[in-house]
Amino acid sequence: MELKLPVYLDNNATTPMDPRVLEAMLPYFVEKFGNAASRNHSFGWVAEEAVDYAREQVARLINADPKEIIFTSGATEADNLAIKGVYEMYSSKGNHIITATTEHKAVLDTCKHIEKMGGQVTYLNVKEDGLIDLEELEKAITDKTILIAIMYGNNETGVIMPIREISKIARKHGVLFFTDGTQAVGKIPVDVNADGIDLMAFSGHKMYGPKGVGALYVRRKNPRVKVTSQMDGGGHERGMRSGTLNVPGIVGLGKACELCLHEMESEAARLSKMRDRLEKSLMELEETYVNGSREHRLPHVSNISFKYVEGEGLMMGFNKNIALSSGSACTSASLEPSYVLKALGLGDDLAHSSLRFGLGRFTTDEQIDFTIDAIKTTVIKLREMSPLWEMFKEGVDINAIEWAHH
Amino acid sequence: MAYSDKVIDHYSNPKNVGTLDKAKTNVGTGLVGAPECGDVMRLQIEVDEESGLISDAKFKTFGCGSAIASSSLATEWLKGKTVDQALSIDNMDIVEELNLPPVKIHCSVLAEDAIKAAINDYRVKNGLPELVAEKKAH
Repeated sequence: MELKLPVYLDNNATTPMDPRVLEAMLPYFVEKFGNAASRNHSFGWVAEEAVDYAREQVARLINADPKEIIFTSGATEADNLAIKGVYEMYSSKGNHIITATTEHKAVLDTCKHIEKMGGQVTYLNVKEDGLIDLEELEKAITDKTILIAIMYGNNETGVIMPIREISKIARKHGVLFFTDGTQAVGKIPVDVNADGIDLMAFSGHKMYGPKGVGALYVRRKNPRVKVTSQMDGGGHERGMRSGTLNVPGIVGLGKACELCLHEMESEAARLSKMRDRLEKSLMELEETYVNGSREHRLPHVSNISFKYVEGEGLMMGFNKNIALSSGSACTSASLEPSYVLKALGLGDDLAHSSLRFGLGRFTTDEQIDFTIDAIKTTVIKLREMSPLWEMFKEGVDINAIEWAHH
Repeated sequence: MAYSDKVIDHYSNPKNVGTLDKAKTNVGTGLVGAPECGDVMRLQIEVDEESGLISDAKFKTFGCGSAIASSSLATEWLKGKTVDQALSIDNMDIVEELNLPPVKIHCSVLAEDAIKAAINDYRVKNGLPELVAEKKAH
């Protein structure tokens, strides 16, 4: 195949929409524009039928019942609804939530909000491989614990948490288990029953669907879970999320789920092969480290630190042709590097030196070849320019230097 | 955030990357920043003892494109100046020349710090008192 530029390797941020998804959505903008809540005429019926069908497509991907799917505007809203909704609904049972330090901001900041409202939150540390310690999790449970919120796959490292072991512990103690499945759903098999998940958030635009639509899975049986609505209004979505349904978006999410169901197995195999090749080639560079567990990891993700080279400076060497993310945050006011990488025990220097690769459905072998070459060339060039690299090569202990901190 | 053409040019074709012999008395070395902050600059000047002019300047930088460009530009400006003239290089001149956005101003401050640190190293080596620079916010 011919090399197509620019190369997009930031699929953890967002995925391009699959043209087949767009095709499914198009009739629902102009022609079939009805409100799915209009019960008394054909425009409404057509829209409702489309939503029902999408609900089935979504449910099938995660082995849920269609009635357990609550459509939202995306994963952030679903995270908020799950955590705040459970906190309010189960306030008579307790006020304690357990989460982890490597969660997405949509979960962490929602938990901070819970603390402001008087709730108690335990933030579990992760081990060097990015996984939580199950014993620590169990020890953190009190008689006031109502929810465990641990993500499925991490957005920065791709590390997959021990979901089934977590849900077993949750069940044993009668605590609900919520997982943010944004990076995992549609990429690897997720089965809410086999996995023992009570609530799960996910999003359309991370699985080749449209932006602005997502879902919250809410278990209906064993146990029956309810969340207090965070948006008041017409009582849509079984009263848990009011607001006129985004019919074209929901149709797109449904189609995206259907495509993932059929294609994710072969796609995961293809992408993990490519990812491993990329990783192996880049690891030929000295002082290069993969961040997080390589064993428990999403098939399309790799997070690598190139020591003695700063991530943003590194990206500048090829960002005309390759789109990537870095754990460095030279542009942010705080200048703080990735909190996820720091939670894995990485020093700030290694966190500043990281790149995140997120491969996707449209990534080609030619693009991976191009990326390997571009990154290797740039790392070598920048190391020649790096005073830290020179010190390392001369055997100077960089940690022993008294750096002036700003 | 897009980089200015001048930043891209200095990043792609950095001027005066390298190392001078820091053991020489007419070489001043400034090492500023910290790996934890994502920016480390090492700037060196070599002073021609007869003319008093900076005859050579070299840098190595660990950092973003703007940090690399700021130090590359600084070495260019240093060459041919007297040590006293070099002291007058202000970080805002670098900001202006490279069109640095507000979030990157700290890169120019670091470059100015590196110049001052190199000059001080040179002064101390040559029996002159260390200059106390006013502290700029990073």
